[in-house]
Amino acid sequence: MFKIVDKKVLNPTVTRIDVYAPFVAKKAQAGQFVILRATEDGERIPLTVADYDREKGTVAVIFQIVGATTYALNQLNVGDYIADFVGPLGNATHTDGLKKVAVVGGGVGCAIAYPVAKKLHEQGCEVHSIVGFRCKDLVILEDEFKAVSDKYVLMSDDGTAGTKGLVTDALKQLIENGENYDEVIAIGPVIMMKFICKLTKEYGVKTIVSMNPVMIDGTGMCGGCRLTVGGETKFACVDGPEFDGHEVDFDEAMKRGASYKEWERHKYEETCNLFKKEVK
Amino acid sequence: MPNMSLKKNPMPHQDADVRNKNFEEVALGYTIEQAVDEAERCLNCKHKPCVNGCPVMVHIPEFIAKVKEKDFEGAYQIIAESSSLPAVCGRVCPQESQCEKYCVRAIKGEPVGIGRLERFVADYHNANCKEKPVKPESNGKKVAVIGSGPSGLTCAGDLAKKGYEVTVFEAFHLAGGVLVYGIPEFRLPKTIVQKEIDTLKDLGVKIETNMVIGKVISIEELIKEYDFKAVFVGSGAGLPKFMNIPGENLIGVYSANEFLTRINLMKAYKEDASTPIIHGKKVVVVGGGNVAMDAARCAKRLGGDVHIVYRRTLDELPARKEEVEHAMEEGIIFDLLTNPVGIKGNENGWVNAVTCIKMELGEPDASGRRRPVEINGSEFDIDADVVIMALGTSPNPLIKATTEGLEVNKHGGIITDENGATSVQAVYAGGDAVTGAATVILAMGAGKTAAKAIDEYLNK
Repeated sequence: MFKIVDKKVLNPTVTRIDVYAPFVAKKAQAGQFVILRATEDGERIPLTVADYDREKGTVAVIFQIVGATTYALNQLNVGDYIADFVGPLGNATHTDGLKKVAVVGGGVGCAIAYPVAKKLHEQGCEVHSIVGFRCKDLVILEDEFKAVSDKYVLMSDDGTAGTKGLVTDALKQLIENGENYDEVIAIGPVIMMKFICKLTKEYGVKTIVSMNPVMIDGTGMCGGCRLTVGGETKFACVDGPEFDGHEVDFDEAMKRGASYKEWERHKYEETCNLFKKEVK
Repeated sequence: MPNMSLKKNPMPHQDADVRNKNFEEVALGYTIEQAVDEAERCLNCKHKPCVNGCPVMVHIPEFIAKVKEKDFEGAYQIIAESSSLPAVCGRVCPQESQCEKYCVRAIKGEPVGIGRLERFVADYHNANCKEKPVKPESNGKKVAVIGSGPSGLTCAGDLAKKGYEVTVFEAFHLAGGVLVYGIPEFRLPKTIVQKEIDTLKDLGVKIETNMVIGKVISIEELIKEYDFKAVFVGSGAGLPKFMNIPGENLIGVYSANEFLTRINLMKAYKEDASTPIIHGKKVVVVGGGNVAMDAARCAKRLGGDVHIVYRRTLDELPARKEEVEHAMEEGIIFDLLTNPVGIKGNENGWVNAVTCIKMELGEPDASGRRRPVEINGSEFDIDADVVIMALGTSPNPLIKATTEGLEVNKHGGIITDENGATSVQAVYAGGDAVTGAATVILAMGAGKTAAKAIDEYLNK
């Protein structure tokens, strides 16, 4: 059992929890992920490491409430226990030798992009963070990003925060203005990563994306997380989760991501109703 | 006078048409009368050919003699001297190619039902014995076991009995390895696995779940920082193989590992499960091993019409005969001399058919089996909304990738000597991590051999 030692509501649908998991905290690095089960009999879900504190022995994950499992996870509070928390899994982000990087985050993907931006900043790299959200209420980690970025560009779909528009528009403008990036690191919805990669391919800028497909064990055993990269099948859990975005088959990834959509919607409603009944 | 019947006492089963709709155990086990009657068939041969057929050398005639005397607990104690998982082995061992193969009674008629008797004795013990095993006095030496499958549990049990402080590290949230994620409930009830694990805990074995060794702690750190004097690697053959044919990443295509893990470990077959599984209406399982049979029979129980597609004939099918018969009885259709060449899907990426080609048997290949050859122009489609690839697995590369100096062969199997010693000092290995996918009992045999070698190494 793993104790929740801190919990912060970042926006109405996104929550950060810090979990006491000293073995994981000792080894975790930006780009890696954990698999957790909120409760006994719960589903195993992968979540990317958002932060860690080796001294305190804690690991932070940030999640969006999208399904039954994340809904149940969000019902837990400081002092409560998570049934299982295993990691760190996958490979760490490769940041060696990078001098100037554009970090692009979309929605809750910013939670994963932030530790990458932080790591780059700490090694003296020039970081341009471009983050996008649907609207003002959903903006997360603004201060955190600003603290580790040489340039911070905030975009929103409806113009209520920062500039109205997509992160692709902002990135395009920066590149057009002559910013020369060693690499773009894009983390967010698959559709966003797809269009970022389409753009950067035109300009010939290497782009890394972080994939978060359906997964069970996280150690290469089930193959559920497979995706096509450069025409070959790769497992996101052991070969990734980060890949060369210009090689990833995003359309296939989007379809596979929807495998259990109907089932999840049904389960989510069921779970919400269950919790509402308990409250009464 | 021994019972000279040429046939084994038949195993009582759930009716095929009933059991193919539930996940409860198929074989129901002998009654006391059936067990004693079957034990009477044993001739108690002096040269004991059956024992040499057993990878862990259970004293078979001796335990059967106790069954004849109706001293079932005495029989259990004799088995327990050699095997740490008798209730498991009595169910899943391929006795027909091991102990029973060498039974003198098999020369004329059927062999003694050794496996069925082993199961009876273990179940009798579990149901009637309330005494817990006593934790032996500690010798103060710590040994780490990586993986809680059959090889790891056997190695842990043998070392614990000798007084070692054993910690088993398991990557999943539940111990048991392939016994819990792979073999279905209807062949091996999970309460039985849990009971065997509880016995190990009573012996003082610590089980640490959620620990992916190689990621969270390396083998080197286990030895240098955590003071383990030796390490046994029983991390299994976890990496699923695919065919590399078009359409394999469509929705509805599973590796047998994923399909079985969802069902067995995550209980996705239950109505209120929190882990989803696609309930295929028309399911194609590719492969002919025991895992293919397990996957097909699970898919049947989820309500599908199930086809097993295998490129050779029934004679070459690697699965146990009993499993094949059970599958056939349950209504699974075998498309033999048939091989998939591609998988088709709809515009949303869901599987809707498997394109197969007919095969014929040609000249024998290196394995001595006649090589299947494609018949040109014989392609045809089988409708399917779920496809399960049961083509075998290779050893998990995680440990190799994070352990300096650990040598593996070209298939990824860890290289060991006959005692399980690897190329790294104090590190031993056994089971599927060494051999690639094999059987529970062979893994147990390897765990046993390594436990003996570790004991000798630590007493040098």
